[in-house]
Order: sequence, then structure tokens, then C-alpha cells
Amino acid sequence: MAASTKWVGKPMKRKEDPRLIQGLAHYVDDMVLPGMFYAAFVRSPYAHAHIRSVNTSAAQAAPGVVAVYTGEHVRGQIGNIPCAGDLPELRVPPHAPLALDKVRYSGEPVAVVVADDRYRARDAADLVEVDYEPLPAVTDPQKALQKNSPLLHEQFGTNRACYWKIEAGFPAKAFKKAHRVVKQRLLNQRLIPVAMEPRGVLAHYDAGEGSLTVWSSTQIPHLLRTQLAAMLGLAEMKVRVITPEVGGGFGSKLNVYGEEALVAWLARAVGRPVKWMETRRENFLNTIHGRDQVNDVEVAVARDGTITALRCRILADLGAYYQLLTPVIPTLTGLLILGAYKIPAVEVEYVGVFTNKMATDAYRGAGRPEATYIIERMVDLVARELKKDPAEIRLKNFPQPKDFPYAVPTGIVYDSGDYAAALKKAMAMAGYKRLRAEQKKLWKQGRYLGVGLSSYVEICGLGPSSAAPPAIGWWESATVRIEPTGSVTVLTGSSPHGQGQETSFAQMVADELGMSPDAVVVIHGDTRAVPYGIGTFGSRATAVGGTAVHMCLEKLKQKLARMAAHLFNVAPEQIVYKDGEFSVKGKGRESKKLTEVAGAIFTAKSLPAGLEPGLEATSFFEPQNFTFPFGTHLCVVEVSPQTGDIQLKRYIAVDDCGKVINPLLVDGQVHGGIAQSLGQALLEEAVYDENGQLVTGELMDYAIPRAGDVPRFETARTVTPSPVNPMGVKGVGEAGTIGATPAIVNAVIDALRPLGVRDIPMPLKRERLWALFQKKARR
Amino acid sequence: MKVAVTVNGRSYSHEVEPRLLLVHYLRDVLGLTGTHIGCETSLCGACTVLLDGQAVKSCTVLAVQADGADITTIEGLARDGKLHPVQEGFWEEHGLQCGYCTPGMIMAGVALLQTNPAPGETEIRRALAGNLCRCTGYQHIVNAIQSAAKKMKPAPAKSRPVGSPGPAARRRTKG
Repeated sequence: MAASTKWVGKPMKRKEDPRLIQGLAHYVDDMVLPGMFYAAFVRSPYAHAHIRSVNTSAAQAAPGVVAVYTGEHVRGQIGNIPCAGDLPELRVPPHAPLALDKVRYSGEPVAVVVADDRYRARDAADLVEVDYEPLPAVTDPQKALQKNSPLLHEQFGTNRACYWKIEAGFPAKAFKKAHRVVKQRLLNQRLIPVAMEPRGVLAHYDAGEGSLTVWSSTQIPHLLRTQLAAMLGLAEMKVRVITPEVGGGFGSKLNVYGEEALVAWLARAVGRPVKWMETRRENFLNTIHGRDQVNDVEVAVARDGTITALRCRILADLGAYYQLLTPVIPTLTGLLILGAYKIPAVEVEYVGVFTNKMATDAYRGAGRPEATYIIERMVDLVARELKKDPAEIRLKNFPQPKDFPYAVPTGIVYDSGDYAAALKKAMAMAGYKRLRAEQKKLWKQGRYLGVGLSSYVEICGLGPSSAAPPAIGWWESATVRIEPTGSVTVLTGSSPHGQGQETSFAQMVADELGMSPDAVVVIHGDTRAVPYGIGTFGSRATAVGGTAVHMCLEKLKQKLARMAAHLFNVAPEQIVYKDGEFSVKGKGRESKKLTEVAGAIFTAKSLPAGLEPGLEATSFFEPQNFTFPFGTHLCVVEVSPQTGDIQLKRYIAVDDCGKVINPLLVDGQVHGGIAQSLGQALLEEAVYDENGQLVTGELMDYAIPRAGDVPRFETARTVTPSPVNPMGVKGVGEAGTIGATPAIVNAVIDALRPLGVRDIPMPLKRERLWALFQKKARR
Repeated sequence: MKVAVTVNGRSYSHEVEPRLLLVHYLRDVLGLTGTHIGCETSLCGACTVLLDGQAVKSCTVLAVQADGADITTIEGLARDGKLHPVQEGFWEEHGLQCGYCTPGMIMAGVALLQTNPAPGETEIRRALAGNLCRCTGYQHIVNAIQSAAKKMKPAPAKSRPVGSPGPAARRRTKG
């Protein structure tokens, strides 16, 4: 049945914004419960140490203190922090919410204080005396694999955490036959997500009902509910998780953290609501990090520039323990490592290593930015080796539109694409030929202009469930209700935290049901209100969650059509639906409004046989494949030989995320993603010293991009619908972070071609570039 | 210690601990939770409020230092159901996603337009150096402030009290 096209595709202002721009929204720390206590954590200053003893008496005697607990107090009462990942070779260390016997990274929680006031809780935490016996730390993943390395988890006899390998298409043969083999070590440095709202938890235990309510700043309310119930030994339906407004996640809140279980346990133990808000320092130390891979890559190339094989050894520094998905993130790098190219042979070997650092896990893009960085840097190196233009190498190796669905040797199937179209569009926007000519001219004048390309493809719309870890499904749920007054309630299992689905889902409903988006309310993030959902991550909310909403709307429209047929006294096949009105085929003049038909179902005075009253539909969408958005980003830079400063002259992003529901929101996602990519390329780096101290442990030392660091972006799109879901949408939440980093780095390295520079480790800080110019001047 | 302040036009007086941060006074004592805490070290700007017309980071001002001051928080910008032009700009230009940095960002934008009613893009980006956003990539924030500047332009910006409706809003009232 035809829907209207009044809303979908339009840049509608967001429905969520009025509360957010007036200070009327409620994040966890804005929630206040009567009699609420505050928790503060005691954290290890050492990266590796035995805990000899913990003396809590001074803290317990401090003003306002209600209770102090150590790992020993909660041993056996709270289950370990879960890891959902599974691999053929995987060593899973126990991960207690409060350290027992030994601490393994700086910032690991050792004790927790509950007091009647947040300042007093903090004061008392400083009075807890922990007697540590420091141990040598290991922070270099390569050293951690050496025989004499300190061991994090002695029971394993090794720091090797896991191993995974894929091989397809006879890579050894391809390398033997290659015209050239191009090799490079590439580093994807450790990053810190830095959502602007740190994590926070508020828990209330109702002793009468035996039920627990937890407000948490999370991306996965239902998965958290299941895990909390298991960790605390409660029946799942006695646990309610509410995510109020969430101030950014980027994967860092796609997790189950020890503090979430502990604060919930504390609320029961002290018989009062307990709140804990993470400080920014804690957020740096003890919320997951991202990336941190050493990639040794080689590609085999034929004389004409055809890439015939890729081999990569991924050494991933996983940190001290696993969080929810820690060991599986680098497998996504492996799956996507061939990027947007038809490369017939591949070999990827991934070794995960324990070190005395915070765990890595899913940070925006999660394994896929690393893959794009690897392949896009290698393609540029191939072009340089063969003295060809990087655009030419890309065009030569793209699969053609007729090749889709394209089965990639790594085992995934790209759904749809026209990669050349996006590249050509970006080149046209940039005036590529002119830029290359200008570049040659400027080099002669001692000026360093560079043009960088990145033709990316990404894995989005996570699932299918068969690709998810064993204990998790990657479907999504929705319920759509038409209320008696004609307004519509959407309950979604997605858990938006800035993405804007309260608006985009309302646009979808408005078109399908022929009403104003103002009449639609989208509810999310309360496990008691919405059906079991999986949550918002992996650019899945629209492609998977949105499709579930779409399926509900189809069911409702069918039911309404049956009722309309009954009212018109015709067969349902004769009913035509358009713009919120039902009419009989060929008799267009007489029509009934949707609200009128809905009203007849609600009052139920005369229903057709077999039609139930009520207008509510629930759907669970299980995608048959991922979606694969793609695009080309093009960056133009000029590097100053005097200062090493990088001037971002232009940044062009041509993205294809399939059908677009709200172009304003898509642009917003793309911009934000590019800014985070720019952070990795130019500014950000989590640095631990050899003792395991996080020396970039604050916003003063860890440079996330500021307004002045970021250029104006020029965005454009191509539209290739996905065949994976009926709406043809692909997702866009991670496009910027997956596509942009290599475009920027390729541009800078391209600018420095006269210096003979092949690679510069990220972030490309100006002192690194300045040193390269100095080295050249000395020669 | 005693602290007496005017916040969004209302007078308050409380006995507070000398160490109480202004942001905690606003949030926990006055219940004005629109001002957010993102770092507690003056680096992120989520807690920006106007103190006697100047943008300050309320996480590094003691409540007692604000004694006698006139404070405007995000809750005080809209008047009589009319959004401030900077708020309108953020809404129209999609200048926010998760919304956490937004109150501070809007206050910083209001402060900028008070001293520079027609800032260029570079000036806006420089003025926002103390306010971090991890979601938007800043472009739509810049657009939001430019859009607000355009709406506020005909009015003599310096003499107009903070939070009074901009020309666009006034036009709407008439029509």
C-alpha cells in the first residue's frame, strides 16, 4: 500500500531538541531520589600490584559515611563482569567488580565508599588505606609476548589472550606470482572515547517488591538488565533498567561495567538509593578504550595495479581484562580488511595480548576504522610503488555494480554498491586534476600540498544474529500502537543517545499512517515499557530497529484495511490506502480517514469476523545480512615546512548510506564521525608510560578536537538502496569514523612525497612533521 | 558560609560549605540541572553559565565566590515560552546530538554574541575553544550561532538584556 512521501527524506528539525536546548532533559545525574546516598570508588594507583591488605577503619569513621566495601566483602555476592566474545582460542580471565588479591591496571577499583553526600564520599575514599606490593608492569604488547615478561594472569602461563585466523584464495601462491609486494607496518593507536557525559548509575532497591531499578547511562538497557540479573542473582523481571537521556556513547557505553552491578548491589546492601557519577579522570582510566593494534601488512600487486592478495598480522593490545566484546573487536578488522576492493586472496592472523592497561572494546567503528586505515594506506603505497595515481589504483580494483551481492574472501557478502560513482563524485567536487597540477607547481615552490583519498566500505546494521557472539542476538524489536485519540506510540528496542530516532522514526510513521510527526511519540530505554531490545550500536538503529518499526506499520495498515473493507462492505483486496485515507478501488471520492477506521476498531461495535480489537503490533526484525554503506572521502591539506602545521584546506565526504530518512541527521552523523577520525589522525593518543601510568589521563593531556581544529566539511551523497531491508536503508553512525582517518593521513603523506616519507605514525602531530622537514634540511 | 545570588531573575540565599562548587550549588541545591558537569577541571565547558554577564565555567567557581552575583543558566534563556535566538539556532541548524555539551555551548554562544554581534566563522570557532563537543563535529554549532547572529542583528545587541526575545521572535509576536 502506498505511503506518502511527505516526511521521509526531509530535513526535519528534531523532536528531542526542545528539552535539550532548554536544560529540561534528564541525564542520570539529574535524577534525585529521596534519601539518596552517593558512592565513590578507591582505585589503584599502580598498574600491577598485589593487594596485601585494605584498611577501611578511618574511612568508616569519617563523617557521613554509611559503609565501605572491598573486594573481599563482595566476593561471591556479585558475579564477574561478563565478556560475550567467543573465539576458538580464547583465555578468559575472571574479572571481579572490585579487585581481589591483585590489581592489573591503573584505575582498577579496589574499594567503594557510600556516604550521605558526594563530597563526603570522595573525602572518605581518600582515607581507605591499601597496602600494595608493586609488581613490574608490561605495557608493550610485543614485550608482553616475550618469555621473561611479567604475567597478568598467572594461571594462563602467557599473556597471549586469544588467536584467530582467516585464510582464503591461496595467498601464498599470489605472493609468489606478484609483480611487486608492498609491505608496511601500520599502527592504529589507542584512543579514548570521551563521551561528554561520563558514565553514571543510580540504583534503587524496593525491599517490599524485591525489585531493583537501575538508571544507567548505557547504550544497551535490555542486555544490561539480563546481565545485572545474572550478576546479582535476581529474577530478570525483578530488574528494571532505565536509560534516561544519555550524553553520548560511541561504544563506550555498549558495555556492562562493574560499577553498574556494584551500585545496584549497594542500593540493596544499604537499603537506600545510591548514585555514582564517574569523574572525567575515572572516565579516562576505567571506561573502555579503543583501537590499539600493530598491523604488519603486505599486499601482492600485478604489473597493471591489480591487487591480488593481502596478508596482515594484527597484534591487538587488549588491556588487562575483557569487557563485553573486547577480544572480538579485532576480528571485525579482519573481516573488513579487503575494504572496497576485489582482492581474491587474503590471510589475516590476529593475536590478542594482555597488558597492564584498561581494556579496549568497541569505540565508534570498532575494528572497522582499523581495517579501512590498513587497506586505504596500502592502496596509496601501491600507487606510489607503481608510480600511478591513487585514484587509478582504486578504480582498477573496485568491484563493479554488477558484481553485487559481492562475496568477499573474508566470508562476508557486500549487499550493494557503486564504489566508483562515489569516488568520481568526490573527485569532481574537488577538481581533482586541477589539484594534482597545482600540487606539482607548489612542490617546485617549496610548498607542500597533499590530496588524500579514502574509498571505504563499512559493516553496518549489525546483525544478523548468526554473526553475533553466542549469547547475544542482533535483531531488534518494536511495538507500534495507535491510541484511541489517533496519536501513535512507538516503543523501540533501539536506545538512541543523540542519533535522533525520536524524530526519524516519527517521520517514518507519519508517512505510513498519513499524520503529522507531532502526533507520534517514540519511547525507548525503559525495560519495563518497551519489548526486549538489543540497543544502539554498530549503526543499527535505523537499519534494524527502523525496519522493526516498518514491519509493525505494515501489520497495522493491513488490519486497518480489513476494517475499512468491512466499513465499506467490500473485500479487503479492493481497499486502496493513500496519505492516511482508505477508499475503494475505482471509487476514489468516498474515503474514510485512518483515525475513523481506527476508532471503529477501538469501539469494536461491529468487527469483521476474526478481527481482534486494539491497534498494536509488535515485530522483531532479524536481518539476513549486514548492510554495507560506502563512500569516498577526499582531503586536501597543506603542510608548513617551517612549523609542521597541517592546514586542512578542504574536506569532501561523499557517503552512500542507502535511503536517507532525514538528511540533516545524516549530515550530523557524518560530521561528528569525521571529527573523531580527525582526532585519531592528528591529535589523539592514549599514552601509558612503562610503569603503566596513563599519562594522557585528562582532557588537558588528551586532545579531542576543538571547534578550531576542524574544517568546514563538504558533504554529498550517492544513494544505493540496500536489499537487506524493505526500506533500503544502510546506516550512517560510523561512516565518518570508518572513512575519514586514512583520507587525512594519506593527504599529509602525499604532501610530503618530495621528502620521500612513506609512513608517519598517528597522530600526525606537528612536531613529528617538523622533525621530518628538519631531517631533510640537514641532509 | 552564606551565599546570596540571583539566578535567572530569582533571588536565593543559602548556607553552604565553603568548598561547594557553583555547579553543584546550581544543580543540587537549586535543582537547576540543565547545567552539566563534563570534567570538573574547566576543560570541557559543559558547565558554562553567565556570571554577571560573563561566561564562566561553574565547575571551577566556588558558590561563595558567586555571592552577590547575577547568574544566568540555560533554564533562564527562554522567556515567556519564547526560545532565545541562540537556542532557536541550535534547533534549526541541528547544532546538537546527545545534548550534553549543549547548554554550555549555547551559553558560550550567547556570551560571544553579546560582545561580537556578527562574528565570522573563525571567530566563532575560536570563541568556542573552551567548549568541547564529541558528537557534532562543530559545523552545525557554528551554523547555529551564525543563524542566531543574523536574527539578533537589527537589535542593538549590547543594550538588549540577556535572554530577551530576538527580532525574529518579536516579529512573530506581532504577526
